[in-house]
Amino acid sequence: MRGPSELSRIADCLRLDVINMTSEAGSGHPGGSLSAADLMAALYFRVMKHRPSDPSWDGRDRFVLSKGHVAPVLYAALAEAGYFPRSELPKLRKMGSMLQGHPVRGKVPGVEMSTGSLGQGLSMACGIALAAKMDGKGHRTFCLLGDGELQSGQNWEAAMFAAHYKLSNLVAVVDRNRLQIVGCTEEAMALEPLADKFTAFGWETVRVDGHDMDALVKALEKPLGKERPRCIIMDTVKGKGVSFMENQAGFHGRACNQDERKCAVDELKEAIE
Amino acid sequence: MTERLVQRNYYGKALAELARTRKDVVVLDADLADSTKTSEFRKVAPERFVEVGIAEQNMIGVASGLAASGKTVFASTFAVFATGRCWEQIRLSVAYPKLNVKIVATHCGISVGEDGASHQALEDISLMRSLPNVAVVSPADAHQAYAATFEIADREGPCYMRMGRSEVPVITGEGDGFEIGKAYVVSDGSDVTLFGTGQMVHGCIEAAKILGSKSISAQVVNVSTIKPMDVGAVLKAAKSTGCAVTAEEHSVIGGLGSAVAECLVEGYPVPMERVGTMDTFGESGTPRQLFEKYGLTPKDIAAAAERAVARKSRD
Ligand SMILES: Cc1ncc(C[n+]2csc(CCOP(=O)(O)OP(=O)(O)O)c2C)c(N)n1
Ligand SMILES: [Mg+2]
Repeated sequence: MRGPSELSRIADCLRLDVINMTSEAGSGHPGGSLSAADLMAALYFRVMKHRPSDPSWDGRDRFVLSKGHVAPVLYAALAEAGYFPRSELPKLRKMGSMLQGHPVRGKVPGVEMSTGSLGQGLSMACGIALAAKMDGKGHRTFCLLGDGELQSGQNWEAAMFAAHYKLSNLVAVVDRNRLQIVGCTEEAMALEPLADKFTAFGWETVRVDGHDMDALVKALEKPLGKERPRCIIMDTVKGKGVSFMENQAGFHGRACNQDERKCAVDELKEAIE
Repeated sequence: MTERLVQRNYYGKALAELARTRKDVVVLDADLADSTKTSEFRKVAPERFVEVGIAEQNMIGVASGLAASGKTVFASTFAVFATGRCWEQIRLSVAYPKLNVKIVATHCGISVGEDGASHQALEDISLMRSLPNVAVVSPADAHQAYAATFEIADREGPCYMRMGRSEVPVITGEGDGFEIGKAYVVSDGSDVTLFGTGQMVHGCIEAAKILGSKSISAQVVNVSTIKPMDVGAVLKAAKSTGCAVTAEEHSVIGGLGSAVAECLVEGYPVPMERVGTMDTFGESGTPRQLFEKYGLTPKDIAAAAERAVARKSRD
């Protein structure tokens, strides 16, 4: 089993892939990919039960990327885990590539659902978790949500649903990087008190530092209860790992240019070594 | 070289102008103001700009309430979300009570490019056209987008306007103005009429050149309002050339092709071919690659025109 420091190193490798893929594509969403990299490393390299050589294995834990714009970090994790060759990564967003700008179910091994329009993934995850309960299956469903994304009302319909149907096999993770496109979430449309909202909706709510691998893994591996769905609100830094991208709304939907790419790659390589 | 301009920049310019001249105008956006260019309005009149967050359905409801209280409301986001996400909200809270809400969307069509199918609105005209009381405007270039913004502000009632993400060739003059409900004859011809909308009007102009080199004389009509359709102009064109092609950056189901077909079938049936996406989702790629793959280039329009002309003698 991989320990926190090895997982953190994998997370930085995913970050490096994200920078290279989006720069190569000339577009894409690096900021929210970097903030979620630690989570992706924890899920795909320790927490989730899955078989990269058999993506449709029935017993696998499911992952729904509700904030579909961070497809690059999902693709990087899937490639690193062995779902498909890493040679696909530089084709991100290019004509004919299976790595579409936003994830597409059926096109990429390991991608469970099509997303990209925000606010819909938690409902999909509810359906998957409900089916598992109906069929008496033991797998879990994880869903990654953006914080800005939570402004969309459908999330709260799903939150109510998950608690009502006691979907204790469902874990929602909120990437609380406090930024959306226009800037600070609290200025655009305030979300706080966010944990209280999930608690009031009937969820078990955990708050964790999303870049403290040890704490993150503990929160993800805490045995599931019998009644309530779990929401992990992870406090993160958008652009984490590349100093000039950290906490910058401007890198939400813009790739690094060549100079920036070089700086970012140098910084990440140093962290990895 | 034809000049190319980004339509949404001109929408932003017009909004900034309206911010100064029309105190009743309120603008709403859902976390995309810098992309839709409603940020230009925010700069001039921040007190009448409302950020709703990533919550398009709520945006439409709030817009309807503001309109019911006397405001002229512009609500903007990407075309997929502006029409698809909140269609029933638009139906009940805007279209049904005929409220003064202008839904202005950017990033329509397949030219959105690399973001892929989830972000490429190829159904928005269809969705909006089916709603009673909603005018559907699809400007051909930046000048039309600019002029149309003032026209829809002046026209009482619901309206949908669509624009693309990228720069598109300029085909009209800066002071040409815009009339809602009017189809513009761009150039005359006698063998076939090419009805285009949005940036496809330029495609039709290019197609007419290709056809000219094959001694086929094509008339080009800019259908910059899809609804209300300029039935008189469509029928007149069909009568004069005897066959038609429609070209749109949209599905052939429910958009310009359908609207023109409905018009012709009831008023003056002639052979007709439709250029648009053929009941399919798009994908990631550059706009140029996607136009090639999905058959939206001037060559494709010209080929459709040749088929229509050939059917004149056969049908
Ligand atoms: C329904 C919908 N509205 C708007 C968008 C455009 N959009 C893409 S990303 C984004 C901001 C997302 O912010 P957040 O959820 O905080 O994501 P993160 O910070 O993790 O990147 C927006 C508005 C979208 N994809 N879907
Ligand atoms: Mg965020």
